[in-house]
Amino acid sequence: MSVLFYGSAIIAVLATLLVITRTNIVHALLYFIVSLLAIAVIFYTLGAPFAAALEIIVYAGAIMVMFLFVVMMLNLGQVTQDQEKAWLTPSVWIGPSIMAVPLLVAVIYAINLNQEQMAHTVVGGKEIGVALFGPYVLAVELASMLLLAGLVGAYHLARK
Amino acid sequence: MFSFQVGSLLNIVLILGVVLTLAALLIWMERRLLGFFNDRVGPNRVGPFGILQSVADVVKLITKEDWVPPFADKLTFIVAPMIIPIVMLLSFAMIPFAPGVGIIDMNIGLLFVMAMAGLASYSAMLGGIASNNKFALLGGLRAAGQMISYEVFMGVSILGVVILSDSFSLRGIVEAQQDGWYVIPQFIGFIVFMVAALAESHRWPFDLPEGEAEIISGFNTEYSGMKFGLFFVGEYIGMLLMACLIPVLFFGGWHAPFGLEFGNEIISGVFWMGAKTMTFVCFFILVRAALARPRYDQLMSYGWLVMLPLSLLNLLITGAIVLIQGS
Repeated sequence: MSVLFYGSAIIAVLATLLVITRTNIVHALLYFIVSLLAIAVIFYTLGAPFAAALEIIVYAGAIMVMFLFVVMMLNLGQVTQDQEKAWLTPSVWIGPSIMAVPLLVAVIYAINLNQEQMAHTVVGGKEIGVALFGPYVLAVELASMLLLAGLVGAYHLARK
Repeated sequence: MFSFQVGSLLNIVLILGVVLTLAALLIWMERRLLGFFNDRVGPNRVGPFGILQSVADVVKLITKEDWVPPFADKLTFIVAPMIIPIVMLLSFAMIPFAPGVGIIDMNIGLLFVMAMAGLASYSAMLGGIASNNKFALLGGLRAAGQMISYEVFMGVSILGVVILSDSFSLRGIVEAQQDGWYVIPQFIGFIVFMVAALAESHRWPFDLPEGEAEIISGFNTEYSGMKFGLFFVGEYIGMLLMACLIPVLFFGGWHAPFGLEFGNEIISGVFWMGAKTMTFVCFFILVRAALARPRYDQLMSYGWLVMLPLSLLNLLITGAIVLIQGS
């Protein structure tokens, strides 16, 4: 299990790095899908098979399809690729890197803080359902209201 | 290791072999049956009854030049046809064929199959966008819109079955149908799932992504040789998968109808599962011969305005009845 975890973690990190550095948008999307699949495997190894399945269905299967759909509609060619190359000069990386270093230090510190064995409990679909519609029912309803607002807004914009 | 247990090596080799052989045979079977429906003969020259036609087709496809158009996006162009056979074969790991016959039994089996069906749409979309051809792009766009829309109510339509059987595991769903098949309480769910299954495997009459009368051959216009063959094989494995899922979800899987069991439970189970699967395969082919292709806007409005409300209503009523019976 831990080999699977570290293997997919490395793949996820590498694929995400490639998402940022690729200038061809379709290639970047392909690496993004790989990264999402790797994260689904991580969820599975951590004992959350339901979350893993939803990660693939919702993110890799629906949202990324939408991204690709938009890319097809926009017809991005060599022009945007050159633009992207011009944006990604080495000097651009300095600021974000300086800000990311404290985060990396914090993550390493947090991992070292919690040395005892992580409790490995499998969370099934039923537990998630009970939690969503028990203690968190208000949050679920608020999220559904937000989605409804987005839907109505999209309808209004598309009607013109 | 070599016995009939879920996940034994014997099972894995047998299921993989049978699925791949059947997928190849299906191409011949479809052309032959279409021939009979259309009052023609169909391919009957290669081997007895033309049964080796698929072998001849594969030899022809493999010996063709493996050509990537110079204007295409090479990486995406090569990756696209590989996706659909891989994800469709992965889904077969979840299908229970008989007691003890299957590759893996997970409690998220149904979700896994849905996830893989969702990933299958990338094949058509990436093929369409990588070809750098306007007809291929149109085909890819159509595939994307169709897959997203029909996946939504495909997911909703099987929730009724999940409520009744109290399980996401496909084996659990079949075992819960010991006393009665779900096609009777879930008839609306079955109809919606059937239509969605046809659309998901873009079979006729939902083959708009490759509607050859309008957009040459859609997303696979630029493909030739075995790359085109992979799209084709993937589509047939997908059709076989859908024809396996319908019996598992709605027709009792390996359970025999009217108590017609014979021999031991593995032989009887595999026989009845195979018989039900083949019935639906033949039905899919009959649908192809019988129905005409709708317009794209008709397809979309049919999906969102008829199928989605119907499946939601089915879910609501099923949930209410189960809740009343439970209390």
